[in-house]
Amino acid sequence: MFPSSFDYVRASSVAEAISILANEEDAKLLAGGHSLLPLMKLRLASPSKLVDIGRISELSYIEDRGEYVAVGALTRHRDLEVSAVLGSSVPMLSHVASLVGDPSVRHRGTIGGSVAHGDGASDLPAAVLALDATMVAQGPNGTREIPASEFFLGFLETALEEGEILTEIKVPKIHGGWSYQKFNRRAQDWAIVGVAAVRNGSTKVSLVNMGSMPLRALATEAAMNSGASISDAAALAAEGIDPPADLNASADYRRHLASVLVKRALEEASSS
Amino acid sequence: MEVTMIINGSSVTRDVEPRTLLVHFIRDQVGLTGTNVGCDTSSCGACTVHVNGESVKSCTMLAVQADGAEIKTIEGMASPSGELHPLQRAFQENHGLQCGYCTPGMVMAASSFLAENPHPTEQEVRHGLEGNLCRCTGYHNIVKSVLAAANETAEV
Repeated sequence: MFPSSFDYVRASSVAEAISILANEEDAKLLAGGHSLLPLMKLRLASPSKLVDIGRISELSYIEDRGEYVAVGALTRHRDLEVSAVLGSSVPMLSHVASLVGDPSVRHRGTIGGSVAHGDGASDLPAAVLALDATMVAQGPNGTREIPASEFFLGFLETALEEGEILTEIKVPKIHGGWSYQKFNRRAQDWAIVGVAAVRNGSTKVSLVNMGSMPLRALATEAAMNSGASISDAAALAAEGIDPPADLNASADYRRHLASVLVKRALEEASSS
Repeated sequence: MEVTMIINGSSVTRDVEPRTLLVHFIRDQVGLTGTNVGCDTSSCGACTVHVNGESVKSCTMLAVQADGAEIKTIEGMASPSGELHPLQRAFQENHGLQCGYCTPGMVMAASSFLAENPHPTEQEVRHGLEGNLCRCTGYHNIVKSVLAAANETAEV
């Protein structure tokens, strides 16, 4: 399987990539390619032009900026995994990155690619949601910041406008506990259901593969933040959520998994 | 588009269509058929090669993305005189292969893994090879082979 034909152009700076995107109707950005190329090989995506931003090395960094850690969009999963800065300030992000795909995938995939793809079944989008991160996007009209809670809009749909590039993710440092629960049956599989919980003052809980996009467990969060017990809050994990059914799990089984995993995640996040 | 890469130490320049996958470039245009295509969906790892020293699934990378890179395939593991790489020898000595289809990818993934973690535990080897499937299910001896190679390198 190989993709349909496309034109290929390499951008050497963010500004150059933005100007190429501005002049193309149907161009897609290519970073590590580990979300986009599989879709193109299945002909589920057939962009007329790929703008390869993979060599813009200025977008690959992990920097301590006081209250938060700034992660360049082209930082690879492997670099997140072994980062000393993340290890001491946002260990959950390193841990979640270490569970994405397998080592060879993590050598190529980038955090910006994964987050901009916005797959509800992927680990990193749900992680940035629970971490309450802020996405920094650059476009023809300048730079803007989008909170994670407003970033994911639907099935593979994000708040990024046409012509915008996700350049940085600002991740608040974790001062309390955290947990990431990934439930799958085989190594390297996608989560059947996953849960990220972060207790950073208030409690934030997000869900993987419980909908068409990464979701917050809002009822659980509200219960936790008003003093409910972990068991009572976890029982609300799937409240108002309509999970998909597939060959791995029925919708009911997913709801059940969500409350079990949310309970485990909250217990772990409360004990650390 | 013209691309140039160093494959197993030799510079190779070819004209490719942008949609050419790295694995097809290596197999069909350069003629190095040791790298296999298995699932073609970045799950099985049969197509694993090194790009700038790190394991990559070459079915999920475009040849144009590898322009300027240094590539190593299974053909580049043995010495020019034909002496097997310690990992290859360990696979041979520990029955680390059955049908052999996954073996080139296993060896390339294992060698990248050992570069990152030269003294792994058995559990770490199993995690390190998560992205490589053996349909003969010969995992036990594959893990044994990687541990043997790690020990041998440690002793040298």
